[in-house]
Amino acid sequence: MTETLQTLSQSMAGLVEQSDPKVVRVDARQRLPGSGVIWSAEGLIITSHHVVEREDQIQIGLADGRTVSATLVGRDPGADLAVLRADATGLTAATWADASELRVGHLLLALGRPGNRIQATLGIASALGGQWRTPSGGEIDHYLQTDVVMYPGFSGGPLVTADGRFAGINTSALMRGVSLAIPAATIRKTVETLVAHGHMPRGYLGIGIQPVRLAETLQQTVGQETGLIVMSVDSNSPAAQAGMVQGDVLVKLDGAPVRHVDELQVLLSGERVGKSVQAQVVRAGQLQSLGLTIGRAQ
Amino acid sequence: MDSVLTQFSRGIASVGERVLPAVVQIRTGRAGAGAGIIWQSDGLLVTNAHVVNNRRVSQHALTVQLADGREFTPRLLAVDSEADLAVLRIDAHDLPAIELGSSQQLKPGELVFAFGFPWGVAGGATAGVVIGVGAQVGDMVSTRNEWVAASLHLRPGHSGGPMVDAQGRLIGINTLMNGPDVGVAVPVDVAQRFVKEAYTKWQNAQPHSVPQPAAGGRIVHV
Repeated sequence: MTETLQTLSQSMAGLVEQSDPKVVRVDARQRLPGSGVIWSAEGLIITSHHVVEREDQIQIGLADGRTVSATLVGRDPGADLAVLRADATGLTAATWADASELRVGHLLLALGRPGNRIQATLGIASALGGQWRTPSGGEIDHYLQTDVVMYPGFSGGPLVTADGRFAGINTSALMRGVSLAIPAATIRKTVETLVAHGHMPRGYLGIGIQPVRLAETLQQTVGQETGLIVMSVDSNSPAAQAGMVQGDVLVKLDGAPVRHVDELQVLLSGERVGKSVQAQVVRAGQLQSLGLTIGRAQ
Repeated sequence: MDSVLTQFSRGIASVGERVLPAVVQIRTGRAGAGAGIIWQSDGLLVTNAHVVNNRRVSQHALTVQLADGREFTPRLLAVDSEADLAVLRIDAHDLPAIELGSSQQLKPGELVFAFGFPWGVAGGATAGVVIGVGAQVGDMVSTRNEWVAASLHLRPGHSGGPMVDAQGRLIGINTLMNGPDVGVAVPVDVAQRFVKEAYTKWQNAQPHSVPQPAAGGRIVHV
């Protein structure tokens, strides 16, 4: 009766062994290092954005025991991803599974390499969904939540399917207390963008802003307590062209409320670049709408 | 034909059937302190040092209860607090000793099971996988000792009990939790060296020509 167990146990250990060369240690912060996954044989490494705290002296620990240095290609804080280029070639690149192949209940292994050796834990796909936006503004192709316990140093490591492919990169930082994985399609998009541009495209308005409390009479009309007061307007910027002036209080952009700076930053994601939207401002106590074309941040 | 899940579930249950006869409860006074493992059929037991080293109770207050219900007063042969290991002996024969595995062969991702008396529950079982083996496991305080770290929850009463592989072979002695989610065991290879040393020392100290008096003696309830 224990043969089934034995078979299962051996195949799980086998998956770990098979994945071992594709998982690296990412030493780029003061505390315990995080993990990363080899994207290409030529040294591209994917890890979690929050694992990379310093941008120089990044060290990558390979499965064969070697430690090589790496440089930061770019970050995608919205998806908690970072791409590194390790000073190594002939690496074993990971093979990816699409999130659409997963079903709730599928067995998954989470791997990490905070030390020299590979570490593993087991879980299942506990919730799946379509496209979603992270609290930090990233656009993710599928919602992929697991019940794997994210041990220290597991962020940036792979979520491995039963057939040995990688379904995503595990992160514990996007949502508190929830183990999420960023699926392969989003990773691919991020890697392509970062390798081409070094940063994710960001929307640009050309204003300096500060949060400000709205007058009580306005709070009722606008439906929010705070807005963003315009302290400066860059010349020839999208905001200047739209006629925005110093002293305007921005309250809504593209129909969404902007109560804090964070909310505006989430709205200025890459896919809004070039889009014509309405900006609602309070000017001289009156609500006003301005047509605005969102620019691209340099 | 049973589904894989049914086979899996029955497999776990049969590991329990195989292992539980070799698991003993160690009590200090009236309280259940922890678990122990029948290492040899001649009454040699292994547990954690912290299970028997409770300062509030003397060694004489220790009681070992076998899975078949029999109770014994054990004799402490050796204790190593740093390795958190203790070797006990009870005056009994033909006991169901646990099958020893190897912690050196253990790989991350392998299934493991822990047995003991969590919160005093007899024969409590819990399952997980090996996270890693070695001195450097996660952010654990680096020690000279090697450990087995597993994705399972050890509770008071699991201490000193067996952590076994998918075949029911001993791979570690349940010892502590590292943070809320990592169960840590003393690797069986470490325990084996310790027991061997303790047993040899004890044997050499025995006056061979004289018949051995019953050590401690069996407790009979009338």
